[in-house]
Amino acid sequence: MIANAPNNGPDVIGAQGPSYGRVAGTGVDTSHGAILYLEEITVMFDGFRALNKLSLGISVGELRCIIGPNGAGKTTMMDVITGKTRPTTGTAFFGQTMDLSKMAEHQIAHAGIGRKFQRPTVFEHHTVFENLELAMKADKRVRPTLFARLSSEQKGKIDEILRLIRLNGSETRMAGLLSHGQKQWLEIGMLLMQEPQLILLDEPVAGMSDAETARTAELLNELRGKHSIMVVEHDMGFVTEIAQQGVVTVLHEGSVLAQGTMAQVQSDERVIEVYLGR
Amino acid sequence: MTSPSLFSRQAWTGIVVCCVVLAALPLLNLFFADGHPLHVPSYMVSLIGKFMCYALAALALDMVWGYAGILSLGHGVFFALGAYAHGMYLMRAIGREGSYASDLPDFMVFLDWKTYPWFWAGTDSFWYCLALVVLVPGVLAFVFGYFAFRSRIKGVYFSIITQAMTYAFMLLFFRNNTGFGGNNGFTDFKRILGYSISAPGTKAVLYLVTLAALLGALLLCRAIVRSRLGRVLQGVRDSESRLMFIGYNPLWFKLFVWTLSAVLCGIAGALYVPQVGIINPSEMSPANSIEMVIWAAVGGRGTLLGPIVGAFSVNGLKSWFTGAFPDLWLFALGLIFILVTIYLPQGLAGLTARWRKEQA
Repeated sequence: MIANAPNNGPDVIGAQGPSYGRVAGTGVDTSHGAILYLEEITVMFDGFRALNKLSLGISVGELRCIIGPNGAGKTTMMDVITGKTRPTTGTAFFGQTMDLSKMAEHQIAHAGIGRKFQRPTVFEHHTVFENLELAMKADKRVRPTLFARLSSEQKGKIDEILRLIRLNGSETRMAGLLSHGQKQWLEIGMLLMQEPQLILLDEPVAGMSDAETARTAELLNELRGKHSIMVVEHDMGFVTEIAQQGVVTVLHEGSVLAQGTMAQVQSDERVIEVYLGR
Repeated sequence: MTSPSLFSRQAWTGIVVCCVVLAALPLLNLFFADGHPLHVPSYMVSLIGKFMCYALAALALDMVWGYAGILSLGHGVFFALGAYAHGMYLMRAIGREGSYASDLPDFMVFLDWKTYPWFWAGTDSFWYCLALVVLVPGVLAFVFGYFAFRSRIKGVYFSIITQAMTYAFMLLFFRNNTGFGGNNGFTDFKRILGYSISAPGTKAVLYLVTLAALLGALLLCRAIVRSRLGRVLQGVRDSESRLMFIGYNPLWFKLFVWTLSAVLCGIAGALYVPQVGIINPSEMSPANSIEMVIWAAVGGRGTLLGPIVGAFSVNGLKSWFTGAFPDLWLFALGLIFILVTIYLPQGLAGLTARWRKEQA
């Protein structure tokens, strides 16, 4: 019953003051400074190469933006990292030791990778509070879940996240009644409740108003350095806002086309040709 | 976020009143002679006793369908297996009083069998059969569920497989050589634990045990759905992939509720057989399982109390209808299902919620 493997990392909640996460990992070996390595990943779907020998590395604490035209393989890459899709060839490592291609979705989530889907996915028939409670880092096997009780410390943590995602005061609302932008934030809040070391955000500002987009950029900037974050996004203004001087990766036809700061990428001829110029 | 009491004050009042009324029926039957204005006829007691078994089955179905979103169209098999497990004891308890005055049940004599087959070993013990009531449906559900859920079979595909399962079991039990009485099943029971099964006192005790089982199951289920595990189950229903990506393995949660539901359904069947006096393979016919789904849907899925009310009202209507217009019942049932789906998507429970909102 590997599926029920205990989650026995040392508990560091509160060890870093007001923390909604941590960079230094438990269980994941990041001694070489990288949290994620993708090496020569190829994914074939009925003869179509969704990813073509994609190699990519993310350092601890980095906020990496990934851009690319439709069909470049951005979502497939996230599927490979989170265990939803198995690579046809190539390896995906979390830290130095965890082979993601051999782990189930929930095991990867336990290891410390949180994912926000392209369309906001929250539990619509649960309240905002209950959504955060379910996501909270805990022993998620059947029996402990049946007898779980919220401690005041855990309640405090939920309140802290509620304030961060600006949903304090809405905690008893049904998540299905939230606006699109609020659902996106709630989903980010749920990721933070898991205390992941790597956060994957698939188009976090799709469908958001300008004000919501600006607020999301602010939120991600607050998280910078506390988690390693990978953002896949189409919205150039938003990417410029959050990438700052960090590395931006451009995907095209399943592999890396260019990599560098936003300014470098934007002046790259090939990038302009396939993506920005259109 | 959660108050310490399982139900609201109103719901508690309703439950207590219903329990008192239900418990009073067999006592009024026993202590007031026929003809007395307070006398409750015996047929009424057995009818309500049967309805309580159905209500327990509907409650069990609501746990998997209403909360975890797993629609089973084969719960009849668990109900019947529980009934057969208990029936084995009841058959053994007949002793030599069968038509052939043999140690073996009549149907085995008829097949010219000389000894009990191996799987009947130990069934002369009431307690062993009681263990079988829990174990047989539980183990079947666990094994079936493990393979189905591990293969991520969901939605309508899962429902169809459950339907096929109950049908396959029905065919198996129809065979005389399976050793469960073929199409006649088990009947002509004489006694249970030494007491005559047709005595009014025995019937009253069986009735009260059924009431206690229904109430106990309701409280257990309510405690489960109000725990964090209950919220995880609703997560399985509403967004299973989200649940996986926040670190839950849906397999074990589904398997837990699926097996629990099968066991509760088996207990319902075990309580049904001594009160009704017969169990045969037609209980496993797909139509019976679908009827259970209708009870839950009419009452309101995902409310626990709703399916209980649904089982009582649909079966009450059925009793009246099959007496008044015997040929039209299935049409009426279909019509009820369609009307409920269109006008009361949350069932009778949704009606009370709407009414309460208007009051407020």
